[in-house]
Amino acid sequence: MADTAVDVHHDHHGHDDHHHGPTGILKYIWSTDHKIIAMQYLFTGMLMAIIGGYMAYVFRMQLAFPGISVPGFGQVSPGEYNALITNHGSIMIFWVAMPVLIAAFGNYLIPLMIGADDMVFPRINRLSFQVFFLSVIVLMASLFVEGGGFGGAWTSYPPLSAVAEYNQTNLGSSLWLIAVALEFVAFLLGGINFITTLMNSRAPGMKAYDIPLVAWMIVIASILFMLSVGPLVAGAVMLLFDQTLGTGFYDPARGGDPILWQHLFWFFGHPEVYVVLLPAIGITVDVIATFARKKIFGYKMVLYTAVATGVLSFFVWAHHQFIAGIDPRMANVFTVTTLLISVPIAEMCFVIIATLYGGSIRLTTPMLWALAFMAEFLIGGVTGIFLGASGADIYFHDTYFVLAHFHYTFFPIAIIGSFCAFTYWFPKMFGRMMNDTLGKIHFWGTIIPFNFIFIPLFVLGMGGQHRRIYNFQHFPELATPEMFQLRQIATISLLIMIAFQLVFFYNMITSWIRGEKAGKNPWQANTLEWTTESPPPHGNWPLDRMPVVYRGPYEYGHPDREEDYWPQDEPA
Amino acid sequence: MLERFLVQASTYASDIDGLINLVAVLAGFWFLLAEAMFFWLIWKFRARPGKKSQYLTGKEKHVSRWITIPHALVLVCDVFIIIGSVRVWYNVKQVLPEADSTIRIIGQQWAWTFQHPGADNELDTADDIFTVEDLHVEVEKTYHFKLESRDVLHDFSVPVFRLKQDALPGRSITGWFRPTMTGEFGIQCAEICGIGHGIMAGRIHIEDANTHAAWISSASVATTP
Repeated sequence: MADTAVDVHHDHHGHDDHHHGPTGILKYIWSTDHKIIAMQYLFTGMLMAIIGGYMAYVFRMQLAFPGISVPGFGQVSPGEYNALITNHGSIMIFWVAMPVLIAAFGNYLIPLMIGADDMVFPRINRLSFQVFFLSVIVLMASLFVEGGGFGGAWTSYPPLSAVAEYNQTNLGSSLWLIAVALEFVAFLLGGINFITTLMNSRAPGMKAYDIPLVAWMIVIASILFMLSVGPLVAGAVMLLFDQTLGTGFYDPARGGDPILWQHLFWFFGHPEVYVVLLPAIGITVDVIATFARKKIFGYKMVLYTAVATGVLSFFVWAHHQFIAGIDPRMANVFTVTTLLISVPIAEMCFVIIATLYGGSIRLTTPMLWALAFMAEFLIGGVTGIFLGASGADIYFHDTYFVLAHFHYTFFPIAIIGSFCAFTYWFPKMFGRMMNDTLGKIHFWGTIIPFNFIFIPLFVLGMGGQHRRIYNFQHFPELATPEMFQLRQIATISLLIMIAFQLVFFYNMITSWIRGEKAGKNPWQANTLEWTTESPPPHGNWPLDRMPVVYRGPYEYGHPDREEDYWPQDEPA
Repeated sequence: MLERFLVQASTYASDIDGLINLVAVLAGFWFLLAEAMFFWLIWKFRARPGKKSQYLTGKEKHVSRWITIPHALVLVCDVFIIIGSVRVWYNVKQVLPEADSTIRIIGQQWAWTFQHPGADNELDTADDIFTVEDLHVEVEKTYHFKLESRDVLHDFSVPVFRLKQDALPGRSITGWFRPTMTGEFGIQCAEICGIGHGIMAGRIHIEDANTHAAWISSASVATTP
């Protein structure tokens, strides 16, 4: 291992690019430094989150106050409504959760946590971001072409998505599909890098079980993504052919089958949930260990349950299709596999909760986010059981109950997980501490409204409110004053939550400029990224002082030591 | 739980609600227990000056059983939910009880068309009654429906029946229901089907035998296929 780490250092030309390559702003655009690429992903993801949030604001306003002219948008037509919900979903999953959780933190953390100077393929890494950026441009363009953005839901079921006559967004739907396919290319390139780097570039002495769990989780997620995305890319190409060349892969009149797409989509779509979940769990585990000053209650258990969840996730996809017209006998098989997945996930949650036992818990801002992740994700987890049980899903399918359920999983993953990671590693990334008071104001201003957005939606879903309807006035049972009140509570909570995000941006910018200097290891954490300067220089450590690892990453509260932490690189 | 929001108007509505209650009790128990434990631990082990955290690896028997026992119990709960779920599913979707009457339901952008069997109670005969958006059925009669689509995916959903089924172009999907109370209720399309998805609403009229017979005779005069 030692040789590899040093060889990589000498062989690649990262340093040369830096010193003799472009200067000025181009230095940041054409950099092959993993930290700069991480920032590119992070800030692109943040920008996309603002766009996705804006879309949510517009359609929530329409739902609570149908027909009003939404400030900053205008009146929402049914076609625009469909395009907004479709792109909100696509953006939040493909252009926020994935770039921030996997690409940004994966790029930033993996080399630093394993004691490498960079990724093993720095140029592929740069290519990954550039392809990703292209996908952003294509997606944004799709919103402004003739006919408007694609409005067939993020699941993009044919024939609606395949035939221009049905979806009325000829160009928008093709561009949306191309953007999604490009995004997959970007993440395949990035994923190859993560997997190879973790396998080959670890510091001397770092064995498999000495790797911080967040690095493991991002790599397991990359493997899941690689294994699941192939069928969907094939499906997307067939859909593109159906759209543009007039083939009939999904057209029953010409021997195709629309359900084929659903299988290909969900074969990817369900593992995708775990692709974004695992990095968020990894972040949570690391942060909880640091601030509870506790060794993880079963490092291997977390790792094995993550792998088990990943493997099982390939056998549950048809629970999205119980009532889609598949053979009803198949539903029983998928009910069994789906409910089995609750076992490793529950175990993972138990381990994280048990880690708190005997700790010395410091409620800093990142710790609050990590704890909130657990508290809220549990709600998402248990409500999923209603939907995995085929009999109950007959009623709940495509209601707001489903919507509230997956927002209780995706919001903790993509938003809470990202804020947790951002506030925790901010001192490392920018060399300064974030303001803790502002951080806590932002935390409560996000968490409380979040629950007030989605709990009413659970109730609406139980009342039979179905999804993707731009105005409920055509459904007398759903147009009652009580139901409108619930919708308005959700929308007003969203407005409050959005307002509190200004606190975050203010805190980020002012702390970046004039926050308190952070030093190398402000949280007294063990992992290797805290042994270098904040922010780390190009190459991460001086060449002659590359770290060497002596122990696992979670040796907190060891009885033989006076301090309650024991850095991985400190000789015994 | 659901009957607080919506009446149960089919024979299997109460089965589905019962399953939902079962899941609510089992999952709710674990949820409350986990959250209570979680917040208690945060409170109990908050940082206090001079108090160092304990060094536990999770391998100690007396602590690891706090994981392994719940783990086994979760699995047992899963088995109960699976059995309950498969029973309900089998009853609603896998078996077809003998039909008293058969109807055809056709989804298209953006309306439901209903083909009623008419006075002879035979589908696809000259006296069939076609309606748009309004489905008329008789209470306490078992119906088979043949669900079809002319263009994109739709989903025939009747919340008071707790029934949902996707409609697919190129296929005819057979299902069943048996209404248990008279009244007029909503029909939804629960699968996005284009810009008119939000106006694709229907009404189901569940009538007693006399009213239904009267409707058949009045409608037979008025409609031609």
